[in-house]
Amino acid sequence: MTTLNEDVKSGLPQGEASRRNIASRRRKGAIWRTIFLSATIFGLIALSLLIYNVANEVFGYVAIEYAVDPATLSDKPLDELNKDELVAVLQGNMRKNAFRTLENEKPMANRSDSEVYDLVVERVLKPQTLETWTLRDSWFNKAAIDAQVASDFPEAKLEFRSWISTSFLTTPMSSDPLRAGVRTALLGSLWMIAITILFAFPIGVGAAIYLEEYATDNRFNRIIQTNINNLAGVPSIIYGMLGLVIFVRTLEPITSGRMFGADSGNGRTIVAASLTMMLLILPIMIINGQEAIRAVPLSLRQASYGLGATKWQTIWHHVLPNALPGIFTGTILAISRAIGETAPLIVVGASTFIVTDPDGPFAKFTALPIQIYNWTSRPQPEFAHIAASAIVVLLVMLLSLNAIAVVLRNRFSKRG
Amino acid sequence: MTEKQTDTAQYTLVVRNMNVYYGAFRAINNVSLNIERNKITALIGPSGCGKSTVLRSLNRMNDLVNGARVEGEVLFHEQNLYANDVDAVEVRRRIGMVFQKPNPFPKSIYDNIAFGPRINGWKGTKSEMDDLVERCLRQAALWDDVKDKLKESGLALSGGQQQRLCIARALAVEPEVILMDEPCSALDPISTLKIEELMMELRQRYTIAIVTHNMQQAARASDYTAFFLMNDQRAGELVEYGPTGDLFTNPKDKRTEDYITGRFG
Ligand SMILES: Nc1ncnc2c1ncn2[C@@H]1O[C@H](COP(=O)(O)OP(=O)(O)OP(=O)(O)O)[C@@H](O)[C@H]1O
Ligand SMILES: [Mg+2]
Repeated sequence: MTTLNEDVKSGLPQGEASRRNIASRRRKGAIWRTIFLSATIFGLIALSLLIYNVANEVFGYVAIEYAVDPATLSDKPLDELNKDELVAVLQGNMRKNAFRTLENEKPMANRSDSEVYDLVVERVLKPQTLETWTLRDSWFNKAAIDAQVASDFPEAKLEFRSWISTSFLTTPMSSDPLRAGVRTALLGSLWMIAITILFAFPIGVGAAIYLEEYATDNRFNRIIQTNINNLAGVPSIIYGMLGLVIFVRTLEPITSGRMFGADSGNGRTIVAASLTMMLLILPIMIINGQEAIRAVPLSLRQASYGLGATKWQTIWHHVLPNALPGIFTGTILAISRAIGETAPLIVVGASTFIVTDPDGPFAKFTALPIQIYNWTSRPQPEFAHIAASAIVVLLVMLLSLNAIAVVLRNRFSKRG
Repeated sequence: MTEKQTDTAQYTLVVRNMNVYYGAFRAINNVSLNIERNKITALIGPSGCGKSTVLRSLNRMNDLVNGARVEGEVLFHEQNLYANDVDAVEVRRRIGMVFQKPNPFPKSIYDNIAFGPRINGWKGTKSEMDDLVERCLRQAALWDDVKDKLKESGLALSGGQQQRLCIARALAVEPEVILMDEPCSALDPISTLKIEELMMELRQRYTIAIVTHNMQQAARASDYTAFFLMNDQRAGELVEYGPTGDLFTNPKDKRTEDYITGRFG
């Protein structure tokens, strides 16, 4: 390319120098690009390692010893039997008294297929894990596993097991890792999140509206604003201690449900945990709500005021609808944080071993992160497998929440 | 008293000795201006001289700006708009505004028009509202363009159509005055002409004040013209005000002449 005015003296590089200058700028760009690419790759590697680690524990071979060989119970595989056949198996392999006790607890006719199946496993087969292997070993060292089983546990059966299963989701906690599930923890987490949203959403949005639209720019309000910004960074365990003092102890008559005729003994209930979580996520929600409200264009407000709308009408009809997608996104992010929090729950006293479903806001409860924490601290290797499975459940729950956020955001921004 | 009555009979808005401040900065210095009923008044002047500020002071849109303060009087039907007992919400309904950038609500065309009446306590049936929407769109010369897509978003229209929608929206709350701040600056010449024709139409029922940077537009489409300029303290002042024909053909002030002939500005 020839320059237009070769003779004009210019501070800009000309001819060859210009070409070299462009090449050097391109090179700099390429270097940055490589750096950003490496950062992305690093992130991907971290994510893959996480997934690998979890999957490694969730699937794998198990050496199981049964009190009775399942093959001898029936001519068909157990899981193909219908309910009547299963009851027959149960009757034929249990002592009369024991069977009658079961029948008295809940008649067989009223039990579902899977309940009866579980009974057969529990009362007849009585499986015991002797050894478990990770997915990697199961995949690459099958021969070694076979050899080990043949020499060490000649009685045992080698089964490929997925530690996460429908029964894992639907059975409550148990001290036997083969039969333990996350039902109670899952329900506890869901209850807690629902109540947290119920309180945190209106309060958070309300405070954001007040601070953004009504609060005048004076010293007092600036102090409040600064405090909210700082509260967002306070470690969660401190909120746990705050929750312990306020909700579990001071407001015990309310949080234990005594005032509502549902006494659960003390304040270590779902509401207390939810309110603590609310404290924890409120600063994030308020800041995020303020940002969403601030992002509503001035022209829209002007148009509304110009037609004789009052401040509240402008907020209600224009500011909020347009800020809503952003508010939703922020809420879901805050909720995701609350779901994974463990420390405050430990402080406010979520139960670590509980088998009854939470039946309302004043119930005792446990939550997924507590369950995971609890299982990972057990020495037996089986617990590592179910802890990994519970992690999968937690991750799926988080992903679903994010999916809901995306759907809501699209739905609400499309209205425009 | 008699003087005031003649004022308001002829003039819709009477500005007396108005100063406008943004914080400590005086943006408008001692402006007095009478805006004639059922006429189009153009506000012209170089950028930053305070035309928008004056316009916003006429319907108290300046209240929305932090730190903005108005001194002096703006009389509307003998009532000072800045008196303590006057509600800005009422003022803005009766003195509507159209902005520089078309700003339809992100709602359907129908709802854009219906919003104003609804929030102002409009009571009527669905079919009366349909009629109102049609009437406003016809007045804004937009009906034929949009009659088949009233349920579609106002944002899906072209820039010129959006601006006419904003005018129709302003008409729906039955204002007496319509203030327009450079309503054509984002539009092509054809849309601009359409809006000008529309203003001529609307003049019969409304009083219009328009800010424009387009000299031809002021000359073609206004009855009165006010020329503003900044003084040494950068505060806007009214230099000359009169019938558009006189001001453009026979300016009394040297500075006006320089500006309209393009010698500075
Ligand atoms: N919100 C505000 N806060 C502080 N100062 C402002 C504000 N709006 C306008 N001003 C100042 O007031 C003066 C007049 O501004 P204004 O917008 O009224 O000018 P204008 O004549 O409309 O200009 P333009 O033709 O560019 O639109 C300018 O000096 C401007 O900097
Ligand atoms: Mg302006």
